Amino acid sequence: MSEAAPDAAWLAAALAAARPRVLAALVRVFRDLDAAEEAFQEASLRALRTWPRTGPPRDVAAWLILVGRNSALDGRRRLARLTPLPPDQAISDLDDAETPLAESIDAGSYRDDILRLLFICCHPDLPATQQIALALRIVSGLDVARIARAFLVTPAAMEQRITRAKARIARGAVPYGAPGPAERTERLASVSAMVYLVFNAGYSAGTGSERAVFCDEAIRLGRLLLRLFPTDPEVMGLLALMLLQHARSPARFDAEGEIVLLEDQDRRLWRGPMIAEGLALVDKAMRHRRPAPYQVQAAVAALHARAAHPRDTDWAGIDALYATLEQLQPSPVVTLNRAVAVAKVGGPAAGLALVEPLAGALSGYFHFHGLRGALLMQLGRDAEAREAMGRAIALAGTPAEAAHIRLQLDRLAREAGERLSEKI
Amino acid sequence: MLYAILCYKDEDVVAAWSEAEEAAVMGRLGEVHAALERQGRLGPSLRLLPTTAATTLRKAGDPPLVIDGPFAETKEQLLGFYVVEVDDLDGALAIARDLAAANPGGAYELRPVLLYNPDPRRTG
Repeated sequence: MSEAAPDAAWLAAALAAARPRVLAALVRVFRDLDAAEEAFQEASLRALRTWPRTGPPRDVAAWLILVGRNSALDGRRRLARLTPLPPDQAISDLDDAETPLAESIDAGSYRDDILRLLFICCHPDLPATQQIALALRIVSGLDVARIARAFLVTPAAMEQRITRAKARIARGAVPYGAPGPAERTERLASVSAMVYLVFNAGYSAGTGSERAVFCDEAIRLGRLLLRLFPTDPEVMGLLALMLLQHARSPARFDAEGEIVLLEDQDRRLWRGPMIAEGLALVDKAMRHRRPAPYQVQAAVAALHARAAHPRDTDWAGIDALYATLEQLQPSPVVTLNRAVAVAKVGGPAAGLALVEPLAGALSGYFHFHGLRGALLMQLGRDAEAREAMGRAIALAGTPAEAAHIRLQLDRLAREAGERLSEKI
Repeated sequence: MLYAILCYKDEDVVAAWSEAEEAAVMGRLGEVHAALERQGRLGPSLRLLPTTAATTLRKAGDPPLVIDGPFAETKEQLLGFYVVEVDDLDGALAIARDLAAANPGGAYELRPVLLYNPDPRRTG
C-alpha cells in the first residue's frame, strides 16, 4: 500500500532536501551546470505532477536523478526523432529501475559528487559574494530574486552575476575525476570555508534582514558535509560553531534593531535545541584530539553557551582556547579576542598589554578601538578612552556598532559627572 | 498494553522545513498529543537531534569501539518515539494513523513494550 498523497509543503521540503544530492549526480552525468539544473527542474515538475497521484517514491533522490537524466536524454532523442520516454506513471512504478541506480549512488561516488558540486562554487577566481550567490543558487536552490534582495541588487543584476560566475567556471577546468585523498582534503577545506562565508554573510546582516536565511542554508550545508564526512572533527567543529552562534540570534538585536552584546543578551531567548546539538558536536569533535580552527572557535562558543549568566563564563578556559587558536591560526584579531578573556581573568591592565602591540595591524579596525577604549575606561584613563571610542565610532560598519560605542561614551560622561559630584 | 511508536523519517526533509512548516506540523501533532493525553493514553515521548549529532558505542569488541554517527546509515532515520497505552495493536495503529495524518512522510514502527521504567526523577 502506498503512503498518503503528500501535501504541497511536504513536496517542497522533499525536493529541497534532495536537491544537492540530485544536482550533484546530474552534474556528473552532464558535466555542465546549466544542463544539470534544467534536468533537475524538469524532474521536479514531473514529481509535482506525479507524486500527488501516486504517492512519493521510496527513494526520492534516486527517482529525481533517474527522471532528470532520462528527460534530458529524451529531449535529445526528440531532436533526433527517436523513441520518447515512457509516461510519468510508468516511471514512478519502475521500482526495479530505481533500485540499482540508488545502490550505485550510495555505494560509490555520492560523496565525491556533492563535494565536487560545492567545490565548483568556490572557484578561487570568484570573489566571495559570487561564491555565496552561486552556492545559494545552485546547491540550496534559492531563487535569484531572493538572493538579489539579500544583496540589495536587482534580480536582473544578480542573474547576470550568476551567469558570469558560471561562465568563468565553464572556462576553467572542473575536475570530474574522483579525487585522491589529499585532493579530497583540500576540497573539503575550501568548501568548509565557503560554507562559513555563507553563514557569515547572513550572521553579519542581522535577524530582520533577508540575508538571515543564509545562516539556515549554511547550517544545512554543514549538516550535509558532516553526513558525507561523519568522522571529520573539523566538519563537526564547523557545524557546531554555526549552530552555537546562530542559537543566539533571537537575543542579538533589540526591538530597535540595535546590536546587543553577548554580555547583555537575554540568554533565555537563545535557541535551546541548536545549543544542544552544537554542544554534542563539540564533545564529539574533542574526542578526536585533533584541534583545528573551527573546533576551537566552536569550543569558545560552547563555553559561552554553557554559562547561564555572563558571570558564570569560564574566561580562563576561553583564554586557553584563544591561545590555542593563536598557535593554529595566528592573527591580530585572534589576539584581540584573547585580550577580552585575559582582561576578564587578569584585569583591564593585563588585557590592555595584549591590545597595545596590535595598534599597527588593527589601526583601521572598529573592534580594536572599541575594546581599547573600554579597557582604558575601566582603568580610569578617561581622556584616552574617549579618544579611542571616537576612533571606533568613525570606523563603525553599522549604525548599531556606532550606537553601542556612543552608549559607552555616555556612560563614561555620566560616571565622570558622578565622580565630579562625589568630589564636591 | 504499552506500545512504543518509533518515528522514522528522512531527517533531511525535516531539516528543509521552513519555520512556518515546522510550526504547522508541530501544531497538528499538538492536537493529536492533547487528545491522547485526555484519553490517558500518552506516556513519555521525545524528539531526537539529527543523526549527525549521534555517537555509537560498538560493544562487540573489548574495549567497545566508539564510532561517530548513528548505528545504521539508512534513508530514513529514527527521529523520536512515543510510548502509548492501548488495548491492542489496532489501538496502536489508530494512534499511528492520527500521527501520520498530522505529519505525513516516513514510517512508524509499532513495537510492544516488554519492560517500562518510568522516569525515576519523577517517581523516585
